Amino acid sequence: MPSAVNPITPTAQEMFLSVTFPIPREKPKNEKETSEKPLREKANGPRQLVLGLIFGIVFGFLLQKGGVAKYDVLLGALFLTDFTVMKIMLTAIAVGMIGIFSMHRMGLVQLHVKPTHYAANIIGGLIFGAGFALLGYCPGTGAAALGQGNYDAIAGIMGLLAGSYLYAELSGYLDATILKWGNRGRIMLPDLMGARLAIFIIGFVPLLILILLGIEKYSP
Amino acid sequence: MEYDGGAWSPYLVGALIGVLSMATFYFSNQPIGASTSFARIAGLIGNLFSKGHTESLKFFQETKPQIEWGVMLMIGIILGAFLAAYTGGEITAQWIPPLWEERFGSSRTLRLGVAFIGGTVMAFGARLAGGCTSGHGISGTLQLSVGSWIALICFFAGGVVTARLMFSI
Repeated sequence: MPSAVNPITPTAQEMFLSVTFPIPREKPKNEKETSEKPLREKANGPRQLVLGLIFGIVFGFLLQKGGVAKYDVLLGALFLTDFTVMKIMLTAIAVGMIGIFSMHRMGLVQLHVKPTHYAANIIGGLIFGAGFALLGYCPGTGAAALGQGNYDAIAGIMGLLAGSYLYAELSGYLDATILKWGNRGRIMLPDLMGARLAIFIIGFVPLLILILLGIEKYSP
Repeated sequence: MEYDGGAWSPYLVGALIGVLSMATFYFSNQPIGASTSFARIAGLIGNLFSKGHTESLKFFQETKPQIEWGVMLMIGIILGAFLAAYTGGEITAQWIPPLWEERFGSSRTLRLGVAFIGGTVMAFGARLAGGCTSGHGISGTLQLSVGSWIALICFFAGGVVTARLMFSI
């Protein structure tokens, strides 16, 4: 996730502006946004370290209360017998989508749209899924599982460290091959359909709610 | 009210994670993500053994091995889950999850071995895909990133197939 470390590059920022809400943004207002807010503050500065810890505590607390630190609940999601994971994720996506795009429009936040590499997203995604089933926790819920006393997560975390280093060993080769295939940059769903962002969201959020209602009906 | 999965309603938890995402964007200019932190820690451990080699790897030139916001987030997740489980009387203190034991028996070696392999495979996949269930699955999808939606669908596709194969052996 390079986007987690590097502030948005100028080119990416230009792209965001081109896909933002239909109303043209005023340049001076935008410049003010970046100069007034300490958005480029270092992620390893003391204030951000404390904030990261606090946000982590809240996130871990929520994951545990939601039940997704449990092996049985996560495997249930893969057996399509327990829909707790889907309910949590889709609700978080809907709420976060409305909140973050609204805040972006008000000039309060910067976006961090992840780049799209079709081949790497698909191949990496499938490999991730296989590992997810074997371990029974994903990286975030694995940390939460350890916190609630599932000691098998320790072996999983050691595996996560080993797998990360293994990837780094091969990163030069993978960057020059798989990651180049279908490299499309920071594209967003509305771009694919030629739709405007605001219009797309107005249609997409109700769709997410419909899916949630369907899940609730099928598996309350 | 009782919920299948956890102590709280999944909709309440989901909504609060959405609000938490807004807070991390606003206060830290960071999306929530978990897997990169493990990569940074792996790099820090690699530095202990061979700093020169670790620094020569392309991935670690782009993702610096250091304690930063995301690593603190991960430490926080462990603490927060402990607090939630402790206050809710849900501390498990177990080596083998019940569902696993039912199917694969009580061998600790088998469970830990498969968990380690699973973690290794998963981290490799996360790095190749560019994120995990948090970074792609929540933060990326809510920003409508095309790659994140593809990755999320593939996470579940790979997981559903593997879980079925595992439990049908």
